[in-house]
Amino acid sequence: MSILLEAKQVGKRFGGVQALKDISLTINKGEIYGLIGPNGAGKTTFFNVLTGLYVRDEGSLYFDGQPLPKGEPQEIAAAGIARTFQNIRLFTHMTALENVMVGRHIRSKSGVIGAVLRMRTTRAEEEAIRSRGMELLRYVGIDARANEMARNLSYGDQRRLEIARALATEPKLLALDEPAAGMNATETVSLRALIESIRADGVTVLLVEHDMKFIMGLCDRIAVLDYGQKIAEDAPDKIQRDPRVIEAYLGASHE
Amino acid sequence: MFKPSLFKPSSRLGFCLIAAALVLLPFVVGGVFGDTWVRVIDLALLYIMLALGLNIVVGYAGLLDLGYIAFFAVGAYLYALLNSPQFGLFLPIWVILPLGALVAGIFGILLGAPTLRLRGDYLAIVTLGFGEIVRIFMNNLNSPINITNGPQGISGIAPFKIFGTSLSRPLEIFGFTIPSVTLYYFLFVFFALLIIFVSLRLQDSRIGRAWVAIREDEVAAKACGINTRNVKLLAFAMGASFGGVSGGLFAGFQQFVSPESFGLMESVMVLCMVVMGGMGSIAGVVMGGLLLTVLPELFRHGAGPVQKAVFGKVLVDPESLRMLLFGLSLIAVMLYRPAGLWPEARHKHEIADAKEEGEKA
Repeated sequence: MSILLEAKQVGKRFGGVQALKDISLTINKGEIYGLIGPNGAGKTTFFNVLTGLYVRDEGSLYFDGQPLPKGEPQEIAAAGIARTFQNIRLFTHMTALENVMVGRHIRSKSGVIGAVLRMRTTRAEEEAIRSRGMELLRYVGIDARANEMARNLSYGDQRRLEIARALATEPKLLALDEPAAGMNATETVSLRALIESIRADGVTVLLVEHDMKFIMGLCDRIAVLDYGQKIAEDAPDKIQRDPRVIEAYLGASHE
Repeated sequence: MFKPSLFKPSSRLGFCLIAAALVLLPFVVGGVFGDTWVRVIDLALLYIMLALGLNIVVGYAGLLDLGYIAFFAVGAYLYALLNSPQFGLFLPIWVILPLGALVAGIFGILLGAPTLRLRGDYLAIVTLGFGEIVRIFMNNLNSPINITNGPQGISGIAPFKIFGTSLSRPLEIFGFTIPSVTLYYFLFVFFALLIIFVSLRLQDSRIGRAWVAIREDEVAAKACGINTRNVKLLAFAMGASFGGVSGGLFAGFQQFVSPESFGLMESVMVLCMVVMGGMGSIAGVVMGGLLLTVLPELFRHGAGPVQKAVFGKVLVDPESLRMLLFGLSLIAVMLYRPAGLWPEARHKHEIADAKEEGEKA
């Protein structure tokens, strides 16, 4: 299996707080890779460093063999990493379809002149953006709500829409920040099916999750963060039995 | 998706009616109320162009700009310098106006570049400063080298000439005299329609979507791969270039420019037009520009006679009454139609949301 993402000693400080320290991990192509840890362990910080919303202080990231720039979210999106947010961040006053169409921004290139003159290439591109948007809405199962304002969608559908928007950027790595948070049992089951079909379609998935049951059955490998450091990285069944992980989650046993 | 129906007439008939109304308007207004009112409409058209430019920055991209009039000033002074005895240059308007749009656009980028990280109140303060800087430059660039003539302004600006016909003198065709203000009216309508057209096209484009995405959630827009820096600068540049064209038209129309036409009040006025008309809504902004130019004039001319008719004499000086009435009408609109007179569908939802949240709290 070839490596898609490699993190080497990545570190991030906020003032005096070391939010991430020496994080090294590798994600293979075609994997579903889980990132877990107690609250405040640095999972979301790692996500933000990876996707360029935070500028890392130490270490380096390699994606598909190329070094990833620091900061510069648009370049990282262009390189092929897309993400969703823990607290859903949709363009709430745009329709579901428009949200996904925004995701196509980076894979299209019409500018002002094309837009004003509405040239043939611009029209064709706009048509392609629209049909790809509809296709993705169908893929995540909310095409019936395409012209609905994003804010009017149900919680589960908003999560799906965010995934569709991320997929619109044609990622090689899809990073999902607690996608199952706040979902009911039925929604969780269908979300799992969606993630599996995304992987089957050739997109590697990085998953941050709190719901242990959800992540254990889904991921190929899991890394555990605690206090900004990686304390374990292994297959799910081994992680479950790892004493360091149990300690991190349940506290150290006292004699 | 949210096309204002007024400017997208579904039928050819509607289009013809609007065209006919636009052509007949100055003759009717001029004939019934006099050429003063055609002049007011000319000014309204200039303001509409300004407001449409500001609408790109404030309405689409959600960037609050309180110094927008600076771009109007840049366009006006550029025209003044290149088409007056000031430097003895008399370039044709087909050179000056595009140049004005370009130079104002560059100023837009100059303003935009240092403010990319700012939003809301902070951005408003910086842009306010920028507007004042430009005005103060115009005021003081008369020494050591005299460029702008300082507070006296530049006079003797050559009027518009189209195919050798000056717009500053009445035109006689077939024994029919068209007054100068009406000639300007047609020139301004042409440019206003052009700007409306460009705005409409941008609104429904990849660029327009990116602007709205930034307004809605900048972090998410970045994560979607939108280069927020470039897209914001583009909004500033596009908005500014509309302002520059409008400024050039203003200079040719007035044949005089001075720094006092470009004060903070003017920026605020244009912002009022955008907000009162309906941010992001082209039809609304056009309406805002028209009303906010025409209403104060109506109050100015109407307040005296109305008082005479009601009280038998003029109790309050119309000049001081007009700004009071004007202010009251602004407050009334914002209270009863917070999303603007003709809101964009999106903004209507946003205001409704804010209201709901307010009621819950």
